[in-house]
Amino acid sequence: MAETRYTKDHEYIRIEGDTGIVGITDYAQGQLGDVVFVELPSIGKSVTKGGEAAVVESVKAASEVYAPVSGEVVEVNSELEGAPGTVNEDPAGKGWFVKLKLKDPAELEGLMSEGEYQNYVKTL
Amino acid sequence: MAADVDVAAAAQAEAAAPLKTPLHARHVALGARMVPFAGYDMPVQYPTGILTEHNWTREKAGLFDVSHMGQAFLIGPDHETTARALEALIPADILNLAPGKQRYSQLLNEEGGILDDLMVSRSLDEDEDGALYLVVNAACKTQDYAHIEARLPANVKLVRAEHRGLIALQGPAAEQALAAIAPEAAAMGFMSQRTIRVAGIKANVSRSGYTGEDGYEISAAASRIGEIWDTLLLDESVKPIGLGARDSLRLEAGLCLYGHDIDTTTSPVEAGLTWSIQKRRREEGGFPGAARIQRELAEGPARIRVGLLPEGRAPAREGAEIATPEGETVGTVTSGGFGPTLNAPCAMGYVARAHAAPGTRLDLIVRGRNLPATVAPMPFVPNRYKR
Repeated sequence: MAETRYTKDHEYIRIEGDTGIVGITDYAQGQLGDVVFVELPSIGKSVTKGGEAAVVESVKAASEVYAPVSGEVVEVNSELEGAPGTVNEDPAGKGWFVKLKLKDPAELEGLMSEGEYQNYVKTL
Repeated sequence: MAADVDVAAAAQAEAAAPLKTPLHARHVALGARMVPFAGYDMPVQYPTGILTEHNWTREKAGLFDVSHMGQAFLIGPDHETTARALEALIPADILNLAPGKQRYSQLLNEEGGILDDLMVSRSLDEDEDGALYLVVNAACKTQDYAHIEARLPANVKLVRAEHRGLIALQGPAAEQALAAIAPEAAAMGFMSQRTIRVAGIKANVSRSGYTGEDGYEISAAASRIGEIWDTLLLDESVKPIGLGARDSLRLEAGLCLYGHDIDTTTSPVEAGLTWSIQKRRREEGGFPGAARIQRELAEGPARIRVGLLPEGRAPAREGAEIATPEGETVGTVTSGGFGPTLNAPCAMGYVARAHAAPGTRLDLIVRGRNLPATVAPMPFVPNRYKR
């Protein structure tokens, strides 16, 4: 079964074998408001844990999406270029940003589980 | 995820307890997201979100709480005395401002830089002869009042209207919605001002706004403004709109935001606001910075505020560098974002005059990359004022 881990900056990574699908949480899309533009990295780019993986722009602000773990971008959700609002409508599903090939699966240990993340959001 | 820029909440997030407008509890009850803005706790958006609020205002009517703005009266013995006292501080012709009319202007420093922009109106009522009503920006009001008071003659006084609220009703359905509870509002022309009853409450109403749409600004006692707000929201064409959509609406309308598109370093001529300096004042001068402004009017300013349309979908925001395709830096973006009605990004900024002609190709530097853009006339979305 796929496991999903979370960052304090409200990114998620859904683990599928040695890859992970990265997006932002429902809480994050709600805070951001209507997404009007998404800038995705090029395939093959190496990202480091905590570094910029993508940029998401709402009407009022530009925000960085950080890589939850280090890895190589193997796929991007180019559907978002024509339909950035998908990030608001289905952040955990069709609104994903990038697929990473994990560099060091041990990095996942430092991220929150679903339950831990939900508790964390309640404190905000 | 972390916000780099926050245009709507861009401001003075003050550590002290924020001030509340008379409508604060209503915003909270409506589910608004509240943010610190110019020392006040203000609604940036309601649950439907900025895009929906923006589009609603363009299609129906949006209701905005702008009670954080500074309202004041200048009171002197007669119109000429009060008008001349204000004309010493601003470049607009106030002497010839007809009763019941409103004008946009700027408070200037001695270098012709803009200390604030403001609306000035003259009452239609003869028993208020000698009084002018001012609306200034929230973030500037304390400094503005000090600046004005220090320069008034002894027989003209500034009276802060601290116990008044201010709301704006904007959009194509604004006339119908307001006329239903204030019939006299229908006949008012753009930039006119009347003291009328709105839902039975005495209010100072002007036909103006900050969205590019037809609409009104309604000032009433802080203790009564909530009743007007509630009555307007009973109309199904009226919905509350937050500061987020207020910013995207004014950007599409090509209107300046103080502290961003205009400030103490920009003159009204550079800002493209020469339309607000009437002929008599251009010729006679007699306002702060007149030498610079008259020189810029005669010779053209070194730089000028222009509209910019980026290619593609990526917005360019405040602070982005503007360069020629050859790589020469020629200016900076002062406001930018995504225009929901335009369904495209739009921006404004200052560029050297040689690059200001509409159609000029320029690059906006966004996250280290060159985003091609074209100089475009403003407004980006046509104005629909009631002339």
